[in-house]
Parts: sequence; structure tokens; C-alpha cells
Amino acid sequence: MSRRVALEASHAVAEATRMADVDVISAYPITPQTHIPERLAEMVAYGDLDAAYIPVESEHSAMSACLGAAAVGARTFTATAGQGLELMHEVVYVASAMRYPVIMAVANRALSAPLSVWGDHSDAMAVRDTGWIQVFCQNSQEAFDLTIWAFRVGEDPQVLLPVMVHLDGFTLSHVTEPVLLPEQSEVDRFLPRYHYRFALNPDQPMTHGAFGPPEIYAETKLAQAVVFDNCKKTILQGWQEFRDIFGRHYNPVEEYRTENAETLLLTIGSFTETAKIVVDARREKGEAVGLISLRLWRPFPFEEFRRAVRGAKTLIVFERAISFGLGGPVVAEVRSALYDEETRPKVASIIGGLGGRDMSEEDFEYVIDRGREVAEKGSDRVLETVGIRGESEALKR
Amino acid sequence: MAITEVKFGDRLLTSKEFLAEGHNFCIGCGEPMAIRMVLKTLGENVIMAMATGCDEVTTTPLPYTSWRIPWMHTLFENTAAEISGVEAGLKILMKKGRIPERRITCIAMAGDGGTSDIGLQALSGALERGHDFVYICLDNEAYMNTGIQRSSSTPYGASTTTAPAGKMSMGQITRKKNIVAIAAAHGIPYVATASPSYHFDLMRKVRKAADTKGPAYVHILTPCPTGWRCGGDITVQIGQLAVQTGVFPLYEIEHGRYRLNADPPRLKPIEEYLKLQGRYRHLTDDHVARIQEMVNEDYAGLKEKAACFPVEAKE
Amino acid sequence: MTDKLTWKDMEVGNIVKEAGNACFRRTGDWRTERPILDKDKCIKCALCWLYCPDASIKPGEDGYYEADLYYCKGCAICARICPVEAISMTEEEER
Repeated sequence: MSRRVALEASHAVAEATRMADVDVISAYPITPQTHIPERLAEMVAYGDLDAAYIPVESEHSAMSACLGAAAVGARTFTATAGQGLELMHEVVYVASAMRYPVIMAVANRALSAPLSVWGDHSDAMAVRDTGWIQVFCQNSQEAFDLTIWAFRVGEDPQVLLPVMVHLDGFTLSHVTEPVLLPEQSEVDRFLPRYHYRFALNPDQPMTHGAFGPPEIYAETKLAQAVVFDNCKKTILQGWQEFRDIFGRHYNPVEEYRTENAETLLLTIGSFTETAKIVVDARREKGEAVGLISLRLWRPFPFEEFRRAVRGAKTLIVFERAISFGLGGPVVAEVRSALYDEETRPKVASIIGGLGGRDMSEEDFEYVIDRGREVAEKGSDRVLETVGIRGESEALKR
Repeated sequence: MAITEVKFGDRLLTSKEFLAEGHNFCIGCGEPMAIRMVLKTLGENVIMAMATGCDEVTTTPLPYTSWRIPWMHTLFENTAAEISGVEAGLKILMKKGRIPERRITCIAMAGDGGTSDIGLQALSGALERGHDFVYICLDNEAYMNTGIQRSSSTPYGASTTTAPAGKMSMGQITRKKNIVAIAAAHGIPYVATASPSYHFDLMRKVRKAADTKGPAYVHILTPCPTGWRCGGDITVQIGQLAVQTGVFPLYEIEHGRYRLNADPPRLKPIEEYLKLQGRYRHLTDDHVARIQEMVNEDYAGLKEKAACFPVEAKE
Repeated sequence: MTDKLTWKDMEVGNIVKEAGNACFRRTGDWRTERPILDKDKCIKCALCWLYCPDASIKPGEDGYYEADLYYCKGCAICARICPVEAISMTEEEER
């Protein structure tokens, strides 16, 4: 039996973490992530959650304390955003390489300079290669569900990898929506108690984090790549179990009205919901427009993605980050995923929603129209963007 | 070989080596000496987090480890944060009944770079939050692991590869950062300096640090034959001279109260300490005189702070 | 040994499970001088044992402390700190 309650997405993440019976939370507040650690600290203070809350002095220490806690076998959670994720950057790699299943919510935020506390995906793109399982949420329910799921998958003995749950800063993190909260017993059935076989303790004096001379570093990295490749099975199994218990289903690539679609729009994160409205409108008009959304970002869901775009003529990738000198980081991956396909759609890249710039329905109308044009004729612009003043004058030299 | 107890002075020490043989420390290094004393004092109910540095790379080249205690390393500047997680994790897991209740001493260990410089923020955070742990700084007064670059713990006048002595430079022109006072300024219950050359004093302080509830900081001077450019055989003597000349006094700060542990009636001239080390070879008589002044000043300041607490009777 | 290991030999997170397995590494070949103990002088005070950076000096059955040359790097700290000068250093020669 689920209860329907109004919850801000940040609070949904905190609630999921509470229901997961987390042991250690170590976090440093940063806009727009603050509501997550605040709520967790409150739960601990009120006795609603039996956990240690470590009020660290930086994000670097937030993740470092998570590593220490994970090393002794604690279920561990942190949350950050933007600059915070950048400050902890080097520690993020260590969590995955040492196979500590730290769960981290990221309220996606733009990167300085200039300073911006508002949302985009620059922070997420900067940690693409850190070896974390990464998923994106579109609404508060998903923020709750995927946080619970993250513990289940990350801590699986076959996996033991950290998981990042991305939710857009403000446009999702601060949005209050109805959320179905399950019974504790259902969560307990889905999420077994964490038992870490290699926990540091005086009875088994192991060495965690020995260094890798050239004769062995490469072997450690291949071992890590193999584990990361294998984790996909558990990811899918986790979603299957989730559906069996909670009735909601998740896919590596979410599809919306893709049947016989000639034009596909690809989105990531909470703007997907706005894009859906525009797709509906186009379908009303009789246009064969559909939408796909990347739920699973790492490991990249090659198979599901290729299947989803099969048959489409045009694929328009809308994304919220710039890779300077390259274009869009997502579109670069999408193109490479399609390169070996015999038939593949033409791909257009449009960047928008940077640093909290909103995306209206009209903006997505433009994305679809301009995307088709660009896919057909190419572009003479430095970047194809939406909603940026003077964008049509940013021409390549 | 069977583990026995070795009668040492009036105490028994285990013959078990928690830092195994076969490590890569330089010949005559003061660090493994100090580490062995620390671990023989504390025994096996410990968990150690160690910063990147000499002691980490010399002891854990995959697939080998010298450690016979539960040990972890992740990065350079985060050791105090890491041990915060270890401590908080153990505590909550014991409280929730997930692991058996017992006393485990959480040790963070780092060099002077990992403590006074890059790791200062994490250290300050962990001390301020009051975690129950022992932080041990093994101070060899420069970034030795990367090849003798200066740190804020390098003493005035020493030549290092990034503050070399030359026609236009006398080497280090700054005074050694007083990280001990910085640690004490957090108002933590126990702070001490120690030297492996004074083994009983070191072992007593480490024991006291471990028995302290809350954060304890122990600063150990570990001579580095490679970086100090001296013979590997005189590590112990150099450590003794550091204390006897007053350049590295042995003292404790308990809840803010200073206590000198050794106060020789007359300090030996600093020259005796400096002349054994190649890192000071370039110094002129004027430089040496200036260093002597600094030592005198610092020592007098310390004595003033410790005035109300006379030196304890020798053990 | 290291150059025989493949990625499959890596433990989870590259953990080293065998505590203190560095004791299989020989460091005695760094040595240019070796310590010689004069048992007639030795008072079994154990200072050499406590101070050896390489943990190479072991308590023997007979109560004397002698260097295990598999590990001893020949730093001569033991010779320097011996209060009764029972340890002397002698040059290693190729045999």
C-alpha cells in the first residue's frame, strides 16, 4: 500500500534515503542541493533516522568521509551539485575504483564562471568517465524511486559500484509534486541489508587502496571496465524487481510516442516533461514526432538506444552542456553509438537550458523545426542553440 | 616465528611486526621506526587511514602490502576526512548492532605535506567536529616522496629542490609553520610532539592519544637521511640533537595547557644539529646565528607557556 | 610475481587480502654493509630490535637479537645506537 504525499524532489530523495536505512550521510550544503542534506540532518536530529550525519567542511571531505564509512561497511549517502561535484572530482574516481557503493544525488547545476547556482548538465558531463553508474530523473517520483533503486544496484555483491542519481537543480530539485511512498516493508523486501565482505576491521586486516605501479595499474583498470560492463545485468534486474514490488517500471532509454516516428527528439532530465507536451501537439497535427529520453547515462545503453532510434529519419539531440571545441557532449556519444549502424537517422544537435535558462514549449517547437533543418542541410553556426540572444549570428569562421 | 613479548625496559612489547618487513623505505628512514613504535604501542585493534606520501608508496605496491592492520589509502589531502567516515561508520554500525561493540582506535597518518599544507582543511574539519581519532603527522620537513620539495614545515635555512640554496637564495626563507599550535587552537583534548629517538616518551604519548576521548594530534619528527642529506646511520642521533638543541622540543598540550617533557638545563648550540645535515651546508655563520636566535625565541615562548607545569619526573 | 598477474587476479577494488605479504619481498640486496653482533658484548637490551627501520632484527631463541639479512638494508642504525658497541658493520662482498 502506497501513500500519496506532496513532496519536493529533494525531500523525496531524503525520504528514500531514510527508508533505505542509510548508516552514514556526509554532505556539504550547496545550492540547489541544500534541501536534501537539510532534511536528512533533521531526520537524524528528530530520531526518525538512525544514522550518522557528518557535517563536513567541503565536498572533497564529503566524498572522502563516505569512502571511510564505506570501507568499514556502512551504507553511505551524499549529495552535491555543480561546483561541489567539481571540488570532489578526484575523490569521485576513487569511490568507483575502490568499489565503494556510495550513493550520491546530484542536483545538477551550471559551472562557474560566471557563478551560477542554476541548473544545467555541465556538472554531470564533467563526471562522465568517473566509473559511476549514472541515471537521470524527470520528476519527484523518479527521484524517490531511483534513489532506492541506486542502493539496491550499487550494493549488489556482483556490482559494488557507486551510483549517481541526477536531478535537475531547481526545475526538479525544488519542485513539489505528488509522490507515492511505499510501505517500509516493501522497501525492505526490495533492498536487502548491506553486507560488505571486505569491511575493514581488526579481524581481517586488509589493505584498501594500495598503489598501482606500471606493471599492474593497467590490469586494475581492465578489471574495473569488465565489472562496469557486467553491471548492466544487475541494473536491469533491479528495475525488474522494482516493478514487481512497486509497480513502476524504468528503462535505460525511455520512449514516448515513438511508434513510426520519423523525427525523434532526445532529451535528458526534467525538461523531458515539457518536451512531451510539444510532442503531443505535433502528433495532434499529424506529424510523426516522438521522444526518447536517456534514463541510464552510464553505462551508456547502446543496445536500447540503437533499438529506440531504429527507423527514424531524424534524431534531434537537445542537451544542457557545452564541450568547448567539440559541441554537445551527449550528441558526440550518440553519433558514435550510431556510427556502425547500417541505417541511421541524421543527427542534429541543439544546446539550451544553460545556467537555469528555462525551456518553454515554444522553445521545444523551435528545437524540432530547427533540428530538422540542421539535420538536412547542416549548420553554419559555432553551436546550434536555443533561447540564447543573438544565436543566429554566432557563425563559424 | 612465534609472537612473543619482548621485555623492553620495564615494559613488554609484542614481537609482532604490524608493519611487515620488505617495505621500500629508504635506508635509515625515521618513518618506519616511528610507525613500528606506534603500532607496537597500540596493538591490533586499530584501523588506519594514510595519506599519499612516502609511507604509503613504500608500503603498498600492488599486489603487496606491509600492513598487518586494517589500513586504507585513498588520496593525499583527505586523510582526516576519511578517518572521520571510518570513525562515524564504526560508531553507527556498533550502535545499530551490525558489528560487535569494541574499542577500535582510528588512526590517521600523514606526512607534513599531507598535514600542514594540502591536508590542512580536512584536518581542521575533523578536529573541529570532534571525531574520536588519533592524527599522527610524520614530519620529515619537506615533500620527500616527490623529491625533496619545500613544504610549509621546512625549517628556515634548509635547502630543498623548490627552495634551493644558491647565489641569490639561502634556501627556505620562511619559518616552519607551527601546525602543533594550529591543532591545539581547535581546543582538542590532546596534542603532543614526539620523536622516535625518545621511544618511551613517544609510546607513552601515543597511548595517551589513543586513550583520549575525542581528537588527539601527535606530531612526530622523523629524520629523512635522503632529504636532509645525512648518513642513514645517524637518524636516531639527529632526532636526539633536534630535542637537545631545542629546535624540536618534546611537549604536550592537554586541553590547552602546555607541558614540556624534556627541558635540558642548557640547550646545545644549534650548529651541532645543522652541521650534520647537507641541507644546511650552505649556511653562513650569520645564518646560523639567526637560526640560533629563532630557536631561542621559540623555546623561550614555549617555556613561558609551560611555566605552570614543570617537567615530569623521568620515567 | 607481479608481471604474471592478469586483470582476473585483481581482488574487488584491488584490495590486498593477505596482510603483510610484503614480507616475501627481499630488501637485503640493497645492502652494502652488514651488521655483525658480538654476543660477548651484547646485553640483550633490545634497542637494536626496536629501532631497526626494516624490522629485520628478530629476537632469537637464545635471547640475542640478530638481523635477518633477507631484509636488512644495512643502515647501521643498530650499530650506532647499541649502548655497548656490540654491533659492528662490515662490508658486503660479492660471493
